[in-house]
Amino acid sequence: MKLKIYLTIILIGMLLLIPGAATYAADVLKPDPAFNTGACILIGITIFFLLLLLLWLIRLARGLREDEAIYEKYGDKWVFSQINRLDSRQLDQLISRRNSRKKAISKAKSGNNGFTAVMVLLLVLSSLAVHAQAPGENKNILTSPGMIIMLTLIFIPLVVTVFLVALKIRNLAAKTRYRRVKKETRQLADAVDHDDAIYDEIIKRKHALDYRLTNNELAGTIAPEDSKGILLNIDEVHGPRFFASKRKAAHKHQTDPKLVKLIMWYLGSAALWLVLGTTIGEYLGIKFVSPDADHISWLSFGRLRPVHTNMVFWGWSSMAMLGLGYYVVSTVSNTAVYSIKRGYYSLILMNAAIILGSGMLMAGVNNGGGEYREYIWPVMALFAAGIVVSLANYIQTIAQRKTKEIYISNWYIVSAMMFLTVIVTVGYLPFYQNGLGETIIQGYYMHQAVGMWFMFFNLGLVYYFLPQQLNTPIYSYSLGILAFWSQILFYTLIGTHHFIFSSIPWWLQTVAIVGSMGMLIPVFSGTTNFIMTFRGNFNKIGRSYTLPFYIVGILFYFTGSTQGTAEAFRETNLIWHFTDFTTAHSHLTMYGIIAFFLWASIYTIVPRLTGNEPKQGLVGAHFWMAFIGLLFYTIPLMVGGTLKGMSWREGKPFIDSVVLMAPYWLWRAIGGSLMWASHLVFAWNIYVMFSGHKSDPDIRKEVFDELKNVPVNAEI
Amino acid sequence: MEIYNNHKKLFTAALCFFVLLTFFVAIGPAFTSQNNNAPLPGSKPLNALETEGKAVFIAEGCVACHTQQVRNVDMDKVWGKRPNIAADYANITRTDVWRNTATLMGSERTGPDLTNVGVRQPSNDWHYLHLFNPRSVVAESVMPSYEWLFDIKDYAWPNDVVVNVPDDFKKGITGKIVATHKAVALVAYLRSLKEITLPDGKPVPIFLYGKSDAEKAAAAAPGKGVAAKPEFDGAALYASNCQSCHQENGEGLVGAFPSLKGSKVVLDDNPEVQVTIIMKGYNGRVSEGYGVMPAVGTNNNLKPEEVAAIVNHERSNWGNNSKQVTVDDVKKIIASFGKLETIAAKK
Repeated sequence: MKLKIYLTIILIGMLLLIPGAATYAADVLKPDPAFNTGACILIGITIFFLLLLLLWLIRLARGLREDEAIYEKYGDKWVFSQINRLDSRQLDQLISRRNSRKKAISKAKSGNNGFTAVMVLLLVLSSLAVHAQAPGENKNILTSPGMIIMLTLIFIPLVVTVFLVALKIRNLAAKTRYRRVKKETRQLADAVDHDDAIYDEIIKRKHALDYRLTNNELAGTIAPEDSKGILLNIDEVHGPRFFASKRKAAHKHQTDPKLVKLIMWYLGSAALWLVLGTTIGEYLGIKFVSPDADHISWLSFGRLRPVHTNMVFWGWSSMAMLGLGYYVVSTVSNTAVYSIKRGYYSLILMNAAIILGSGMLMAGVNNGGGEYREYIWPVMALFAAGIVVSLANYIQTIAQRKTKEIYISNWYIVSAMMFLTVIVTVGYLPFYQNGLGETIIQGYYMHQAVGMWFMFFNLGLVYYFLPQQLNTPIYSYSLGILAFWSQILFYTLIGTHHFIFSSIPWWLQTVAIVGSMGMLIPVFSGTTNFIMTFRGNFNKIGRSYTLPFYIVGILFYFTGSTQGTAEAFRETNLIWHFTDFTTAHSHLTMYGIIAFFLWASIYTIVPRLTGNEPKQGLVGAHFWMAFIGLLFYTIPLMVGGTLKGMSWREGKPFIDSVVLMAPYWLWRAIGGSLMWASHLVFAWNIYVMFSGHKSDPDIRKEVFDELKNVPVNAEI
Repeated sequence: MEIYNNHKKLFTAALCFFVLLTFFVAIGPAFTSQNNNAPLPGSKPLNALETEGKAVFIAEGCVACHTQQVRNVDMDKVWGKRPNIAADYANITRTDVWRNTATLMGSERTGPDLTNVGVRQPSNDWHYLHLFNPRSVVAESVMPSYEWLFDIKDYAWPNDVVVNVPDDFKKGITGKIVATHKAVALVAYLRSLKEITLPDGKPVPIFLYGKSDAEKAAAAAPGKGVAAKPEFDGAALYASNCQSCHQENGEGLVGAFPSLKGSKVVLDDNPEVQVTIIMKGYNGRVSEGYGVMPAVGTNNNLKPEEVAAIVNHERSNWGNNSKQVTVDDVKKIIASFGKLETIAAKK
């Protein structure tokens, strides 16, 4: 009952305090608006803490009351209810105590010295609260700095007092609780010694608590019998590991070794061009920081830049796409590739184009300045021939498919191949390219190459590999169809958004901007489709070393593509056009989307084709370095690019914008180095997956093949 | 649906759709643009040397960092007197059998726009020095050095173009640094890049997104107790128009660009000579080995207020401390040119 009195007093004290503080606040708020914000925040915070304090006190009071209530509720059986709160060791102690018949009686003493202290403090508190209200009456003086200082000085002890009182109350409550529990436990111990019924109860409880499982309840001791052959790829982990262990790749598939070899050639070439192309890119990044790194004509910035872009475009990305395409097109058609030989023709033509083209660019022979159109036409004709050969091969493979419908991957892949052929033809035919005609075609060419070739083809790959890797069907086929047609409609229109405010027709610029807006439809439907396919499977990400690549790819597919839409508006173009923001955007998309999807697909499929898996730690190293490197690369460039655009708009001297970029260019070089290092790891992983040494399944297959030739009754 | 099970129909449909859109958005407009376009009267095609220079420009990939388009937005005013129009590119046709048309409009401005560089920077000496090592004239530049466009000779022939490179950038070269034919051609091409004035009667496109009058007024109006920033910032104008030759420290480059620090012209209390040089150029010190100064003020369309800001910047920095000029002084001097010319014309 004493507690109830306590609590009432405390609550009244608190209630007195709050209106006091509130009046104080109201007084301070009125006079000077400039003073208001600071004071408001201060008072707001104080009131908030006081309310918290009040809540806490209420909770404390309720807790104490509940303890009391339980005691009253159980009455005589209270001792029994106590037994369930003890653990086995404590029960043991009680039992042995009784058994040794040691008797010690102690009497719980309770006193209450704290009460007086609380009362005194509360009195002080209320007086302070009253004191705080007093200056408020004189509103005119309140604005003077002296009065503000004065009020603050009063405020500080007030807050400290409240804090101390709270502390005291808490200690008091804790002490009360301690005494109560101590008393109860002693009573229990005493009861055990004298009451046999309670002793029996304790023995029973002790047995119950001592029950232990054998730890074999679920597994049993007999090895599992797998009569349906569904237990594959079992990975038991014993003992802790420094790196999380991921699921191993699925078993080797029985793919035609000739096809495997062809795909390996494509992916091997792609990896080579990636390492070489990004080595050049890395060097170009360094040149921004150290422009006098060399004075050699073949290595000058202007010549190497197109070597880098074309090599990663046509060498790395395109080659990897075609290689993976050979797997996907035939697999989803449930048939063999029409002609492996043509695959090699295509490979040779494309590689020849890149070797010749890169050499020529470094020697200073180029097509005239259009981005990604720097190879002169004979070189690009070789490349296009390679694409056409593979296109015919793909279509003929699909024509002999065993399935009725054409899976959506093949829509995207074949369309991308057809579109690239059209794009390159349109881009290189001379009949309409005098004067601004060249610029209009350039806008079309450079953006279609990105969106209708790389993005389209990759979407095709993801529509196959993602559901396959998640072991779940694609969320919505209809969304895929919507994305397919809407991407053709809108993407084709947006090329000229690279030339906003230039002298090409204004209506064409507007069409491009509208098209860029329209791109939200395929991007949103594609992203929704992938994310919804992931739904319910997010737990698999932690157990897989390929899924993180897909997740990053999807992430940048959404952010990178939407960023493209945002950049296309006239207002944003004012700031970002011509700056390094564009470079950041192109890396966010070509690297964040395309490269990550390609790596995802490669790590998914190559172990199944060759039977050799890369080291999981190294795949992780590749992933993290590429991902963090990309962020280090793009974010500083976006920040710097924005500042650069703003400096231009303010009409500052041009050289200022060069100077301000210096730290951002340094960060780009650092991020670029991480990305580049990750490619070396990737190349090593590719080597491990391809490496000459035969995988275990291969050796096994060899032994069984030999067995066929040995007479049945001969000794092996 | 039938179409999704028939590869011939599906792929034909997709291809036709794409090709149709391609005609609408690329081939059609390109044809229209090519056929409804004619060079401006007064524009002249590149001569043989300039054409060679353009080939060097293309081969070296200069377009990676330098645009050639003045957009119709206010911030591009610094690159030309008017926004570019389609007719500006009408002279540009296919380079040769192997190479496509090169309008060289570019997509990134890591370096300045070059549409009007022939007017902005007509000094041969500056261009050669800049090509040999950009940092010899613009310390903060990140442009590559084009050393391979220069020969080192022990003795120069009388018609050789000798470049006076400051010692810091010679890197142990002892002979004469002589521009090759390629360098000469490239500089000729750069100097040929000029915006042509539109013929009378043709409407000049306006620059969009300029500061509105209200914003200008707000910028000019003095704020509460805060000193208003002058509308014409002498230091910034000097950096944009003069610094590439005379340098930030005003000392110029020995043997190429004279020093303004302690210069008689700058220290003269009468600003007439200084303003005249800025507006009309100067060739008085060629005999000492210095280059010809172009008419920077006229070429870059500087307003009298801007000229006054530059003059005052030069007069109050690097230890210079001569009489400041007012906008009216500059206006008077500029007005006197007109009179002289009319008198000369009458005679």
